[in-house]
Amino acid sequence: MKKIIRLLVAVILFCPGDLRAQEINQLVQQVRAKLNQVNDYEASGRMKTNVAFLKVPISGVRIYFKKPGQLRIKNEKGISFVPKGAVSINLGTMLNSGKFTILDGGNDQVGGVPVKVVKLLPEDEESDLVLSTLYIDVSALVILKTRTTTRESGSYELELSYGKYKAYALPDKIIFSFNTRDYKMPKGMTFDFEVDSEGKKEEVKGKTKKGRAEITITNYTINKGLPDSVFSN
Amino acid sequence: MWKLLQIELFKIFRKPRTYIAFAAIAAFILLIQLALLVNGRQYLEFMLGFLDDGFFIPYDQINNGYWICFTILNLLLIHVPILVALVAGDIVSGEANMGTLRLLASKPVSRSQIILAKFMASVFYVIALLFWMALIALVLSLVLFGANDVVVAKSTELHQIEKADVLWRYFAAFGFASLALIMVASLSLLLSTLSDNSIGPIVATVCIIIVCTLISEMQIPLYDKYLRPYLFTTYMLGWKGFFYIGVDADGQTIKGSLQNGPAILKSIGVLLAYIVFFVSASVFVFRKKDILS
Repeated sequence: MKKIIRLLVAVILFCPGDLRAQEINQLVQQVRAKLNQVNDYEASGRMKTNVAFLKVPISGVRIYFKKPGQLRIKNEKGISFVPKGAVSINLGTMLNSGKFTILDGGNDQVGGVPVKVVKLLPEDEESDLVLSTLYIDVSALVILKTRTTTRESGSYELELSYGKYKAYALPDKIIFSFNTRDYKMPKGMTFDFEVDSEGKKEEVKGKTKKGRAEITITNYTINKGLPDSVFSN
Repeated sequence: MWKLLQIELFKIFRKPRTYIAFAAIAAFILLIQLALLVNGRQYLEFMLGFLDDGFFIPYDQINNGYWICFTILNLLLIHVPILVALVAGDIVSGEANMGTLRLLASKPVSRSQIILAKFMASVFYVIALLFWMALIALVLSLVLFGANDVVVAKSTELHQIEKADVLWRYFAAFGFASLALIMVASLSLLLSTLSDNSIGPIVATVCIIIVCTLISEMQIPLYDKYLRPYLFTTYMLGWKGFFYIGVDADGQTIKGSLQNGPAILKSIGVLLAYIVFFVSASVFVFRKKDILS
């Protein structure tokens, strides 16, 4: 009798967890499969950078991607300061980059859409990625938000909105948030023109160190082939 | 008056020392251009390298003609007042030293006209010097390096101005710089009327500018509060204000805008006031001057 009770307790305690883990694994596999439909793409868009110390115009950019993980953001004209973490906008690259321990993070909402929260922990101890949290829209099999912590590039967050290219899991709009460092150059080098220096000092002190880049993509050209030369300097 | 101005211009441009400034500026600019042509990337990495952690910095695109002209002006415009003082500081005292001032004063023109003609000749020299600088620093840089957006570094901000929005800013900046240098010329003129030898006014002008620049740039709260607002050197850097672009609520630059237009207007006003004061004082001193040499 005792044996039967123990068996029942074990089934009750462990099986749902295993089932949940399997479901989560399956969900990630499905999202990965959807992302893997895209071998390469070329897209044009506009990038709006909002960093306290950067006073830059909205720039026209072209984005190139090719499997397994080549991504390049080029400005169409003029100069663009592209945040380094922005190369992570291709989520397929991240999901295909190695083995992960996948953990269930429960349920949440992103912009009113119910999502499954999935945490990825890389098995490779040398991996640059430390932890990534994905917010997956289960019905559409797309990632709506990610929070990633890396060893080299700090922490960043992606928010993705989908439209015409949802079937390929390619977003129309990406909001990339990242931490920025202090920008400070010696005044002896810059010789700033400041008539009222007191006011300027206060203004700088109050500014946040969080940066944000918003890329709005107008059209994609998918799986038409891209030469490797696009990704070289 | 026109005849007097022609005579003064003839006197300025027949002196070899006048051309030292043109030669020095040409040599300096060509050296910078050569350096940036060969090591422009390294120079930019030194300046902006600390941003490399977070951003892809397009060094080769930043190293363009507009940026090089800005860099040249940034390095050079602090020193050009010395070159202006070389000529303007000598304009009255040089004649007193040579003994020609008495002859000049004996001509049937008023002393005020003489001083005003000398001031206008100095203005002409300043404009010629800046035109020469613009020709080499801007035109030659654009020919050698091409045009692109200009990126201007402030101590706590980085401003990017689109290529199509840059040229008018250079015209405005050179216009402002000419006003600042005319102010220096008027100070030199005043000191020149007070002396009977050239060295004194030239050295005095240079010393005043160095001391005032140091006080302006030291960032000592005491000086910032009580001295800086009254020093002309605080306002002489106003040309840079044309390269600080305004932004909207989202932090995006607004084409054709200025970050602090009122500060530029204030600087223009202050410099004009200084010019009027120094020239008026020069006329006053020269009218009262006992010319013995």
